[in-house]
Amino acid sequence: MRAISWLLAGFAFLSFSASARAAETQVAVAANFAGPMQVLAEKFAKKTGHHAVIVSGATGKLSAQIQNGAPFEVFLSADMTTPQKLEEQGLAVRGSRFTYARGRLVLYGPRPDLGQNGEATLKAGEFAHLAIANPKLAPYGAAALSVLVKLGLKAALEPKLVIGENISQTMQFVESGNAELGFVALSQVQVPGKPQSGSFWLVPSSLYDPIRQDAALLLHGEHNQAARALLDYLKTDEAKAVIVSYGYELEQKPKTNAPSAKH
Amino acid sequence: MLSPGEASAVWLTIELAAVTTLCLLVLGTPIAWWLAHSRSLLRRPIAALVALPLILPPTVLGFYLLLLLGPNGAIGRAMLRIGMSTLPFTFPGLVVASTLYSLPFVVQPLHTAFEGVGARPLEVAATLGAGPWDRFFTVALPLARPGFVTGAMLGFAHTVGEFGVVLMIGGNIPGKTRVLSVALYDHVEALEYSDAHRLAAGLLLFSFLVLLGLYSFRVKASPV
Amino acid sequence: MSKPPPSSDIALSLRLNYAEFRAELELSFPGHGVTAIYGDSGAGKTTCLRLLAGLARGRGALRVLGEVWQDDAQGIFLPSDRRSVGYVFQEPSLFEHLDVRKNLSYGEKRRRIETASLSLNAVSELLNLDRLLDRSTRHLSGGERQRVAIARALLSGPRLLLMDEPLSALDARHKAEFMPYLARLRDELSLPIVYVSHALDEVTRLADELVLLEAGRVLASGPLHELLGRLDLPLSHADDASAVIEAIVAEHDERDQLTRVEFDGGSLWLSRVQHPLGTRLRTRILARDVSLAQNLPGPSSILNILPSRVLEISEHSADRVNVRLAVGNGNVQLLARVTRRSQRALELRADASIFAQVKSVALIA
Repeated sequence: MRAISWLLAGFAFLSFSASARAAETQVAVAANFAGPMQVLAEKFAKKTGHHAVIVSGATGKLSAQIQNGAPFEVFLSADMTTPQKLEEQGLAVRGSRFTYARGRLVLYGPRPDLGQNGEATLKAGEFAHLAIANPKLAPYGAAALSVLVKLGLKAALEPKLVIGENISQTMQFVESGNAELGFVALSQVQVPGKPQSGSFWLVPSSLYDPIRQDAALLLHGEHNQAARALLDYLKTDEAKAVIVSYGYELEQKPKTNAPSAKH
Repeated sequence: MLSPGEASAVWLTIELAAVTTLCLLVLGTPIAWWLAHSRSLLRRPIAALVALPLILPPTVLGFYLLLLLGPNGAIGRAMLRIGMSTLPFTFPGLVVASTLYSLPFVVQPLHTAFEGVGARPLEVAATLGAGPWDRFFTVALPLARPGFVTGAMLGFAHTVGEFGVVLMIGGNIPGKTRVLSVALYDHVEALEYSDAHRLAAGLLLFSFLVLLGLYSFRVKASPV
Repeated sequence: MSKPPPSSDIALSLRLNYAEFRAELELSFPGHGVTAIYGDSGAGKTTCLRLLAGLARGRGALRVLGEVWQDDAQGIFLPSDRRSVGYVFQEPSLFEHLDVRKNLSYGEKRRRIETASLSLNAVSELLNLDRLLDRSTRHLSGGERQRVAIARALLSGPRLLLMDEPLSALDARHKAEFMPYLARLRDELSLPIVYVSHALDEVTRLADELVLLEAGRVLASGPLHELLGRLDLPLSHADDASAVIEAIVAEHDERDQLTRVEFDGGSLWLSRVQHPLGTRLRTRILARDVSLAQNLPGPSSILNILPSRVLEISEHSADRVNVRLAVGNGNVQLLARVTRRSQRALELRADASIFAQVKSVALIA
């Protein structure tokens, strides 16, 4: 009997001390980055023992929640402007912003030949529906629109557009067969471990503004060492390898003290 | 006060709600009648099936409709086979989705109203020589009028306020499937709060007036 | 009933099997006059009406006034709306969304046969509805509602009128007011009426034929006065067991304010009635109001003393017996209820001559 109570006390002591050492941090992640974030969190935990609690959603929605007091400590956005606005509003810690990934736009569809003929397919216009994300709400949507404008196809293709609230829904339109083509993120079609169906055209970067995805330390997490540790981790080579494997690119010019990015 | 885009969203919403309400009454009446009068063992399962949209999250319903009605789904494929185009991203598609989604809101008041009529008035009508359709139109329908009004009210209001299903299956196409609720949502998401407030106020006012008008019909059919 | 009933009649042979109730009904009755269906609650009276109307469906056959309304062997079943039947339900059941006039015309508009005598005016006059025609159904009294219900049924031109205890929803005063209307229906229309009741006084007042139901089966059926007199039926054991005698007003005695009515085999004196000479009346004599005497008594306060002959005696209770008597030439019968002691004292037995002293005669129609 007494041995058991010593054992229980020992466990309690150990777990207490373990938790005193390892902290938790609340992370808000843009939906498109949720997949790689999961993997990064696991590796982060193994390396530092800290636990990242992930909430993913549309960038706009997350930002609205942050503005209304949501207890997030780290914010991984799908764009640049949202973290900037938050910093201007005093909700993000100055100087903590950096670009953790760059999104690539692709034209995706179940047909096999988009890799070579993506642009021609668009120009031919032989499809009923082209899905894009809402340009007002999602940077990928704005990018897609810019591609159409730059290719001179906006007037011709605008009647065929169907608009998803976010790129996940945009993808759903294409995957369910309801839209024959869609502008989505490279990270959505190139998922490690998931078999590839259909094909995609990697849209040349010249046709749209770079989709920089910035991260920032939020006010809530200013004094949380786990939060800072996570942001630091994102700049490591290990993290960058994961990010690239999920179809993102890295920032060309280093904006912080992070080691220069490798492709 | 309204931009042309918003005006088209308003008109589209009214159209959708009106057409859907009509479909709901046409579809819901025989279902409610059957539920009220049948003694089949299928009664309970069918009633539960009809009530399903009450508990399904609208986006879930919308998502599965998207699959089912799309070119890879059972219904979509059948439609393509007979030379029709598929329903997602079209106004008829919205009508179909909204009808399914609001079905319990119309069937249940009708069901209750028909049960309230009871068997007696229909028996009386039969002994006076009224055949089945005659009985339905001259006795059951007038006596069940409050149920119809309630059902129409609920169906209309529910469709105007509906969002999740429309979002999933509509594609947010201006002038075709961008209804007021989605336009409102987009304003909110884009942090355009003053536009959102304006639209919301208009939506509320309109719905309130319509419901008020319908409510005045609710008085049971009194002899003239 | 081995010989098939004439085509002017109504013949019913139906079996019904509900969870709580089973009925096996074999019956036939004339296609004219009032046939009353009598029995306790749960005996199946309403079921019988519903089967006739087609509102309930049993297995078997039903033939009404020459038409086949149901015949399982031939796969025939006429639904209610195709049967020329009028139904007056126990609760008035007027259409609440229509006013009185529209209720009435509902049946009229759907008539299948043209019956000149049954116009809205004729029926309205028969049932005194003129005042009510443009009222809403909402503020009518129970009696008014039933009259409208009857009128509505009549206006649909039925060949058979079914009435399910139409008076039961009325209070005593309204019942009394209502009876004359029912009597008028019987007298002035040539429509066969099937009238369900558990009240013997209604039955004795209105019926020509009687069908006795018990637990879903026909116990007996036949002319009213015949069944009333049968000592083997529960009728004769009722507290108000009685005999019904049809008579004609023969004489009015102005000085004593009495009226003499004549029946086949004798006369009865009653309090002066208003009816003119020659009017057909129905009288009712309760068994307990009949006492017996072996010899003609001397002056007595009992006005009506009828020479009779004992037909049959049966037990009634521990101390009483029922006696069935033939009055006068034997075509009219009476019931008497006497004590066993009296039975012994009078040496009552079949065929014995005896005097029936009728203490009170009720005029019922």
